[in-house]
Amino acid sequence: MEFFQNLVTTFNFILQGVWVTIGVTAVALAVGLVFGVTMAMARVYGNPFLQTVAAIYSVIVRAVPVVVIIFILFFVIARFVNLSPFWAGSLALGFASGAYQSEIFRGAFRAVPPGQMIAARAIGMSKLQAIQSIILPQAARLALPAWGNEATLVLKDSTLVFVVGVPEILRRAQQVSARTLEPFLAFSVAMLLYLVLTLLTTQILQWFERRYRLQM
Amino acid sequence: MESFLQLLHNAVPSLLQGTGVTLQIAAISLLLGMALGLPVGVGRVYGPRWLQHLLAAYITLFQGTPLLIQLFLVYYGLPDLGLTLDRMPAAFLTLGLNSGAYQAEYLRGALQSVGEGQMTAARAIGMGKWLAVRTIILPQALRLVLPAWSNEAIAMLKYTAVVFLIAVPDLMGQAKILSSRYFAPIPIYMIVAVFYIVLVGATYLILRQLERRFHIPGLTGEAH
Repeated sequence: MEFFQNLVTTFNFILQGVWVTIGVTAVALAVGLVFGVTMAMARVYGNPFLQTVAAIYSVIVRAVPVVVIIFILFFVIARFVNLSPFWAGSLALGFASGAYQSEIFRGAFRAVPPGQMIAARAIGMSKLQAIQSIILPQAARLALPAWGNEATLVLKDSTLVFVVGVPEILRRAQQVSARTLEPFLAFSVAMLLYLVLTLLTTQILQWFERRYRLQM
Repeated sequence: MESFLQLLHNAVPSLLQGTGVTLQIAAISLLLGMALGLPVGVGRVYGPRWLQHLLAAYITLFQGTPLLIQLFLVYYGLPDLGLTLDRMPAAFLTLGLNSGAYQAEYLRGALQSVGEGQMTAARAIGMGKWLAVRTIILPQALRLVLPAWSNEAIAMLKYTAVVFLIAVPDLMGQAKILSSRYFAPIPIYMIVAVFYIVLVGATYLILRQLERRFHIPGLTGEAH
């Protein structure tokens, strides 16, 4: 009887962290998308200076563990602005994801036939206009499978904002286990909730992939 | 600048110590993952139906949940079931189980990309299924899996950075102690980032050499 009481308490307590996890993941993915697309554009269509900057960002950020990046950015951000752990953690995670996303979009930009850029320039479009209205819509669809993979990775990496005190699934599991004194139960529930989240995300992404697939 | 050099001077010895722990955890976990991933990958492709489902469930569980939760479940949760592990064994076990799931999936891909005709031919000359897997399919698959395996090795090196959360004194564990001792988190974690960049860079270069050495000639244009 006491076990079921604990199970219900644990489940309800951790469930509130699910929304925080989803929030962190969504913000980080959006921030990473902005960084990723911008850096990929700089890498493929930029001048040599921009290309170098984008390459350095991608290589360095991908060589450092995400949790280290979260620590560094958390303290750097805290020095300049007063952001809540949620926003600081999500931004840091997004900055890290941006490097991985820039590689995905770089590949996608390269996969769009170069003749399209030439044609767009020939009819008088500027480089930026051409990227925005010709290249990007196709590249986005080409990038979808790899991007979906990155989305599930960010979902899992969102547990790392635990270290800066964001009350996401893992943090709440830890808190409730301190109260019920049943850590196995708490972390099992956290794990199962996560499993549901990742399986759900994979399903949704697969649907998107089928819907927007592009044959080239 | 001078204070930074002083800090560097104070921090480097314990960070080097932490690097040793990080490398140890990464190496042992990768080997555990390989010992696990090899039979799981083979079983996933050639095993009986029920075994395939069971192994798929193991892979989904470990690929579908964050490593950090797995680590906490093993270290803080298993004592509830009467299995208390020390920090280091808990880290080895969790990372090994996690890596085993990924390595099994990579191996499955490689096994499936070896031409089906080879199995048919091996059976036709009277080999048993397992003999054919062991002597014909697996040697090729292991060479095919090497690029994916290198990625896994580098990912593992980076993922070991979470074990400091169960108080393992790895690179990050040492950094945490140092940053609270000297009240200088930003420079300390920057130095740690440089350590990881060197570690990951060196591992990358070594593994690329291995890939060149073992890639199947004429199969792909890669590794040149």
